[in-house]
Amino acid sequence: MEVFVQQLINGVTLGAVYGLIAIGYTMVFGIIGMVNFAHGDVFMISAFISLIVFMAITAVAGFSGGVVFLALLVALVVSMVITALYSWTIERIAYRKLRGSFRLAPLISAIGMSILLMNFVQVAQGARNKPIPPIMRDTINLFERNGFQVAISYKQVMIIAVTAILLAIFWYVVQKTPLGRAQRACEQDAKMAALLGINVDRTIAVTFVMGAALAAVAGTMFLTYYGVVVFSDGFVPGVKAFTAAVLGGIGSLPGAVLGGMLIGLIETFWSAYFSIDYKDVAAFSILAIVLIFMPQGLLGKPEVEKV
Amino acid sequence: MRAKSDPILRVENVTMRFGGLVAVNDLSFVAGRGDITALIGPNGAGKTTVFNCITGFYKPTVGRMALRHGNIDIDSHVEKLTDTSRDSLNGTGGSLFLLERMADFQVSARAKVARTFQNIRLFSGMTVLENLMVAQHNPLMVASNWTLGGLIGLKGFHNREKEAIETAKYWLEKTKLIDRADDPAGDLPYGDQRRLEIARAMCTGPVLLCLDEPAAGLNPKESLELNALLRSIRDDHGTSILLIEHDMSVVMQISDHVVVLDYGTKISDGTPEEVKNDPRVIAAYLGAEDETEVQEIEAEVGL
Repeated sequence: MEVFVQQLINGVTLGAVYGLIAIGYTMVFGIIGMVNFAHGDVFMISAFISLIVFMAITAVAGFSGGVVFLALLVALVVSMVITALYSWTIERIAYRKLRGSFRLAPLISAIGMSILLMNFVQVAQGARNKPIPPIMRDTINLFERNGFQVAISYKQVMIIAVTAILLAIFWYVVQKTPLGRAQRACEQDAKMAALLGINVDRTIAVTFVMGAALAAVAGTMFLTYYGVVVFSDGFVPGVKAFTAAVLGGIGSLPGAVLGGMLIGLIETFWSAYFSIDYKDVAAFSILAIVLIFMPQGLLGKPEVEKV
Repeated sequence: MRAKSDPILRVENVTMRFGGLVAVNDLSFVAGRGDITALIGPNGAGKTTVFNCITGFYKPTVGRMALRHGNIDIDSHVEKLTDTSRDSLNGTGGSLFLLERMADFQVSARAKVARTFQNIRLFSGMTVLENLMVAQHNPLMVASNWTLGGLIGLKGFHNREKEAIETAKYWLEKTKLIDRADDPAGDLPYGDQRRLEIARAMCTGPVLLCLDEPAAGLNPKESLELNALLRSIRDDHGTSILLIEHDMSVVMQISDHVVVLDYGTKISDGTPEEVKNDPRVIAAYLGAEDETEVQEIEAEVGL
């Protein structure tokens, strides 16, 4: 029971990070039907930007509790802005021109962008792990039983809270604002949306920007949680988040979050109860099983065959 | 018929080629403001291609399409505008747009041309009301300060959104769809979907409404209701209508002006009466080679 609760907390935290990245995959797929393979690396870049900003601020202003919190906040905002700019640029130079061509072209371009970003960071930042000093180490003790202390750390509280708040804002934008309506309209029929006066190219660019901003939140959380980032960190979390998006039903926002949570929980529980070496095997096996029985994913809309 | 006295759209020498196929060949016509102009012709005559050119779906291979807002004089301004690289011009009394130079979304957003499709293209996963709200995207986007204002709930945005809902309500009542406002558009029966497409097009506030076979698949009662709706759009809202239609009862009853295409070429242009009695039109529709054959066929069917 104690172990279960503790792992539940850990799993939800990890799942929140995956979910945030998965939203970027799912939205871009929804609107242009393309898997943006560079999204994982955009996430990695955002973690680096946060790291640089955080280190710069704490180097100047010291390392007291208030400064750390403020530095994290500034790092988060700066990272969101710069990462969004990265993603906007990628869309502009690598995807937009290819939109009219055959389906695989933007996909290949995305893989190319992924490799490019990874190598760029490797060259610019070095190939070694980049750590930040341990921060926010305090925990809240929930209860203790059989000598096992169940605790939730401030970091975890922050990650879960920030994810929940951002999801709520994001959900509101997509459901209730004219921008969200335009995004959903482009998702269903971009040509028709254009004939109603919607600038489809701009709407797609905004989608990339929003996805990247959320990836930056995930990147900052990732950095805070693990305290370390390396140039290849875009790949595995990227693939996991993509898996989460597929598991939840690609194109569905709540699906992406649900998928992220599930992947996070499966991984954590598998590591705790069985073997940590096989945690990825477990996560991907469950994906395969779910897709066999529900090809559209958990919350995806079934493909309706039109006669 | 106000094509001469008060034109809204002037199509000049438009040709559209797809590889070796000439879909529209040197087509020129003028649509009058406040008129219902019907574009008719046998299947494959190039009518939908003309629509696709006007609404920015295609760029015509050759040709010019000038649309005016207000009372700007087309003749004296169009050459001047053509010589520049711009797509529009503001002059005394209004503005002039060259549609072939504009991107698809600008034809709707700036030139205010709206259209419907032969095969219905609603956002079927969105509700009926949302379909009409999407059509009012641009003013709402400005009012929401590109989403930021909408996010923090500014009063100006709320008011503008209320207005947009009122507009939507007005068109839903007019098309008798108000009871279905919160249903997914895809769940509506066929006839209702057709009317919803028209309502959505009208929510963009167009000066020119292009309807591609709005009566297709409607029963006689629905067809009559459609006639009344189109007349009301013309008379009460001053929106000019360009119409592709095969149902001659609709065309003859409500059009002010008819343009006939065959094999991409214009073969007749005039009032419904004039066109109805034009031997070339009859020949095209009946598949006759020349006038004597037309007379033979007419005698046969007792005309």
